[in-house]
Amino acid sequence: MALITERDRLREDVIAIAELTGFNRSSLIPILQEIKAKYGGIDSYAMQLIADVLDIHPVEVYGVATFYAFLRPETEGRFVFRLCRTLSCEFAGKDLVARQLREDLGLEFGETSPDGAFTLTWTNCLGMCDQGPAMLVNDRVYTQLTPAKVRTIVDEYRTLVEEQGVERVSERAR
Amino acid sequence: MTVQTVIETRVKGLTFATIPAGEGLAKALAMPRGDIIDLISDSKLKGRGGAGFPTGLKWNLAAAEKRTPKYLICNADEGEPGTFKDRVILTDYADLVIEGMTIGARAIGAALGLIYLRAEYAYLKPHLEEVIEARRGQGLLGKNIGGVDGFDFDVVVGLGAGAYVCGEETALIESLEGFRGEPRNRPPFPVVSGFLHRPSVINNVETLAWVACILAKGAEWFKSSGTATSTGRKLFSISGDCARPGVYEFPFGITIAELLEEVGGENAKAVQVGGASGRCVPRSAFSRRIAFEDVPTGGSIIVIGPGRDMLEVAHNLLEFFVDESCGQCTPCRLGNAKLLEGVEMLMEGTCTSEYLHDLRALCNTMQVASKCGLGQTSSVAFCSILDSFGDEILGHAGRVR
Amino acid sequence: MSELIETEFPPKGDKTYSPKRRAPLSQLFEPLAEPESLDAIGATVTVTIDGIETKVPFGTTILQAAKSLGIRIPTLCYHPDLEVAGICRICVVEVEGQRTLQAACSYPITAPIRVNTYSKAVRVARRHILDLLLSEHCGDCYTCIRNGNCELQALAEEYGVDKFRFGHPEVPVPVDTSSYSVVRDMNKCIRCRRCVRTCIDLQEVGVLEAVERSNKVRITTFLDKPLLNVVCINCGQCINRCPTAALYATPALHTVWEALDDPTKHVVIQTAPSPRAGMGELFGLPPGTSVTGEMNTALRRIGFDRVFDTNFAADLTIIEEGTELILRLYKALALGDKDVALPQFTSCSPGWVKYLEHFYPEYIPNLSSAKSPQQMFGALIKTYYAEKMGLDPADIVSVALMPCSAKKFECNRPEMWSSGYKDVDFGLTTRELGKMFHQAGIHLPSLPKSDFDSPFGTATGSGLIFGVTGGVMESALRTVLELVTGRKVESIYEQGDVIPVRGFQGIRYAEINVPEVGPVPDIVKHLVPDWNWLKGATLKVAVAHGTANAKKVMEDIKAGGHFSECHFIEFMACPGGCLGGGGQPIPTNAEIRAARAKAIYSEEKTLSVRKSYENPAVQRMYAEFLTDGPCGHKSHQLLHTKYRARGKFIE
Ligand SMILES: Cc1cc2nc3c(=O)[nH]c(=O)nc-3n(C[C@H](O)[C@H](O)[C@H](O)COP(=O)(O)O)c2cc1C
Ligand code: SF4
Ligand code: SF4
Ligand code: SF4
Ligand code: SF4
Ligand code: FES
Ligand code: FES
Repeated sequence: MALITERDRLREDVIAIAELTGFNRSSLIPILQEIKAKYGGIDSYAMQLIADVLDIHPVEVYGVATFYAFLRPETEGRFVFRLCRTLSCEFAGKDLVARQLREDLGLEFGETSPDGAFTLTWTNCLGMCDQGPAMLVNDRVYTQLTPAKVRTIVDEYRTLVEEQGVERVSERAR
Repeated sequence: MTVQTVIETRVKGLTFATIPAGEGLAKALAMPRGDIIDLISDSKLKGRGGAGFPTGLKWNLAAAEKRTPKYLICNADEGEPGTFKDRVILTDYADLVIEGMTIGARAIGAALGLIYLRAEYAYLKPHLEEVIEARRGQGLLGKNIGGVDGFDFDVVVGLGAGAYVCGEETALIESLEGFRGEPRNRPPFPVVSGFLHRPSVINNVETLAWVACILAKGAEWFKSSGTATSTGRKLFSISGDCARPGVYEFPFGITIAELLEEVGGENAKAVQVGGASGRCVPRSAFSRRIAFEDVPTGGSIIVIGPGRDMLEVAHNLLEFFVDESCGQCTPCRLGNAKLLEGVEMLMEGTCTSEYLHDLRALCNTMQVASKCGLGQTSSVAFCSILDSFGDEILGHAGRVR
Repeated sequence: MSELIETEFPPKGDKTYSPKRRAPLSQLFEPLAEPESLDAIGATVTVTIDGIETKVPFGTTILQAAKSLGIRIPTLCYHPDLEVAGICRICVVEVEGQRTLQAACSYPITAPIRVNTYSKAVRVARRHILDLLLSEHCGDCYTCIRNGNCELQALAEEYGVDKFRFGHPEVPVPVDTSSYSVVRDMNKCIRCRRCVRTCIDLQEVGVLEAVERSNKVRITTFLDKPLLNVVCINCGQCINRCPTAALYATPALHTVWEALDDPTKHVVIQTAPSPRAGMGELFGLPPGTSVTGEMNTALRRIGFDRVFDTNFAADLTIIEEGTELILRLYKALALGDKDVALPQFTSCSPGWVKYLEHFYPEYIPNLSSAKSPQQMFGALIKTYYAEKMGLDPADIVSVALMPCSAKKFECNRPEMWSSGYKDVDFGLTTRELGKMFHQAGIHLPSLPKSDFDSPFGTATGSGLIFGVTGGVMESALRTVLELVTGRKVESIYEQGDVIPVRGFQGIRYAEINVPEVGPVPDIVKHLVPDWNWLKGATLKVAVAHGTANAKKVMEDIKAGGHFSECHFIEFMACPGGCLGGGGQPIPTNAEIRAARAKAIYSEEKTLSVRKSYENPAVQRMYAEFLTDGPCGHKSHQLLHTKYRARGKFIE
């Protein structure tokens, strides 16, 4: 049954990470990061599985995942656009950029596209304040954004999605 | 991808560029451990992460602890709005930082170093790991470092996950241990009981890089710039309404006016010094000096141009805190939201002066009764804006009923 | 990862760090190293609080020091049973020379300091904190179950809250009433996380946790599922430690009143031992005042047709469970059968039973199949008693007064219909019954005493001590030892007090020698063909209370440790046993629990019959009704049950 193999794959993944980082609570965040990067979200089963492997309670995993902005358990798009909304970027014109992103992605902030390709969200200062407005797409940073630049960037990611689909390839070096 | 992602931060006058890695550690390894701490204490180096705690004293406390293993943690969570100097240091001078960690480890007897890198800087992780690997190859990390028998130390990089409060040292430790990033009760301080309940020193990226420089050049060299209590030079992250934003190095004691001239922000109406948790300094106070004894900062300067609405500034900063408070203690968990609500009422003109007075008093409670530095400082900017720009805020028609 | 980090996890030989430690460390207060003796230099520090000087041991918190001086500092997130959190900040005080106020509950005194506990800054801060808490506190005191016994309400009164300075929410969030035992009304929650620390640290069940951050923080279950659908064991320990009405036991009192008002119903109540030791607290009596006789009178006054003593069924439980143990031991020791599930676990704590069903389902065969006393009694009331009285069981309403919230769940288990009817209709907590008495204008302490009703009469002391941790074990040992050795247990233990299993230590272990095998009484004689295999045997028994301790024992058993060699283990879900149950009066702390235990033990001393099998009503029951004896066919049908492997994964 497809369901079983999916779950088995998840278990293997979790254990593989725990083997690198240790079967202890300190591994919780690295595991969540990897699972999130690979699956886009952390579902109910994954949380319980992680809890089981680390011998903690599922509700604690839930508590941790909801605490960190980058570990939200909800499934997010393959590409997560995080636009900085903090002061320097606000001064640099983040509102115009935001409008363009909304338009080009067809999403409101906080939304994920139905095909699972994109998520648009706000974030706080990215440490690129001298080159605002700044945005992160997954681990990649874009600075000095203008509406025109946004259009090109979104187009490029769209092409990428058309070519590769929404299946994730873990981009983070393990 | 065609869109440029090269990071083009303007960097000016960095001492770090003139100090080759290796020199500091070599000198440290030739010294008795106690002398390293004495040298740092003598330099009067104060933490560059914002709080300005004397680094020598912190190390002394940790060195005096008998429990082992000890940990040395590099705080690379740089989340304070308007701060990006640590990013520049980690990109260009990671060697110096890791050298500083190694020196610190030697001084306090730490067995392991951890770099807590914020998730937003995940792209720096491979680079840092390369630097670490290279140093291992050179025998500068690992066993018997620099040929010194029994001096074992290694460094690993841990990633944050998007929480500003994890820059607070005890929250950082909680996060490293796999918990929600909620600050601990202090005392006990991390130097007594930190990561995994072991003595742990937490230092900012810049602090550690300066350590390497001080070892290389000596305490006198370091003290020759800055003021008597705020010795040395400091990296500033400058952004906002100015012609030449970037990372600059200035000696402590520089006035805000001098600094603004350097970066092309002379016509500023105010500057937000020290990020969101810092003070908003109005034009009339531009002669104030930047130093721990006058206007302290972790290095963030946001220039606020003449056309900006100060209420919008307060709104933006409070939005940040309402998002980033860990939500553990009452004053901060609920207080920030009340302040933000208050600013919104001011914007709509529905805030009575009586309520504004209540909010002002609430700020004071938040500053004295919150559990950690976040709640203790989140209302500082709002208060200073009220103080300096009261007329602007209240003058807007209908803002106060 | 480098080689080094692997060798450092967990740090070797560090007693303060356990990799399994569940509590978020932010919420732990780490006591500083304890000095060897108080005379040593630096072992004590001088502290001046509100101008009064005193010396306290190094590391004492300001809160403790103030208490020793008779100065009360308000608290909300602090609870003596739990780790210190330091998060509500209501306890802030001014420490001279410090820029900020300090939380008294978490500030250890390590150097001479001067403290002011009511300076202006302190008073203003406390008032602000209350104002802030009330700004998200949706509810009115007069419609609230904790009205009059609420820590938030008391402080609002104390600090003169006269308006909602920062607003007051109008629109409530939905209340979770899914559970048979615990209601979660998050409108009243002040995020003190006492329940979180209770459920995660104290009980190690791990149902409740804080999620999200900042002003979005809320206390909830895994994925916000209804309490019924998560691994909650219904112990109610969180209820007992919640300062407000955010958590409370699912009320049954209205339906019980309805039954009492209905003249066609025959309403009986069985009362467990622990409520008698706790009820007085609801009428201003000091903890540890036993009010058994007064309560019986009051129950009759409010209209119960019969008042029974659950201890009668506790005696039955002992016989049934003891018989089951003898049978298991016989198979294992005499016949050498390796598949017998030993150690046998007690099954009278429904919280513990559910805990095992969730977390150690593979050990269900070890659970005694005997029902808890409540459910045995329930089954007998609607069969034996109905028959005897000529009543239609459908007209009987059977109520159980329990110190426990999990009993409400237990009586609703679908397994508990052995009489053909719902064996126990309602579980009532001590708190609820207290409220009913108040509603009826009854001042309990001034009532005359009266006894329990026949045909079950007064039970033995063995049943009574079921209320204390170790009590089931002690009762079982008394009976088993006498049955088997033919000697009076008093000749083995002074006054028959099996001291090794008493006390409040989390886990206790004892070995009991069976010196001889005497004439075995008829009631059990036929069970096994021969009894000599027991001669010289050493019975290994253990007692654990609180599920955190139960977990330790279970993990040890899983690992094949020391406890896996035990024959019989008593488990109670609640710290202290039933007297600390989730239905007992609030507040609770170690002293209160100890006082209740004392009340139970001293009442027990006054009873003439202290061993279950000597109970004449029990003997009559086996002679008249359960004629095929303990663990016989009829008893299996009525007094035994089955369990379910629930597992900890939920869909
Ligand atoms: C809310 C909060 C956020 C902080 N963020 C950072 C940070 O991003 N980087 C940093 O170095 N220190 C940060 N700090 C300060 C640290 O707690 C700590 O004082 C510092 O890392 C110590 O290093 P130093 O002595 O070298 O400055 C923060 C403090 C608070 C209260
Ligand atoms: S002050 Fe704010 S960030 Fe700090 S512990 Fe309190 S709620 Fe958390
Ligand atoms: S919980 Fe307390 S303060 Fe809240 S409504 Fe009930 S009695 Fe009043
Ligand atoms: S009743 Fe017990 S198990 Fe359930 S939430 Fe409360 S403390 Fe946890
Ligand atoms: S439910 Fe009760 S104990 Fe739990 S956090 Fe809320 S108020 Fe505190
Ligand atoms: S304010 Fe946007 S990157 Fe710092
Ligand atoms: S009682 Fe001390 S902070 Fe809550």
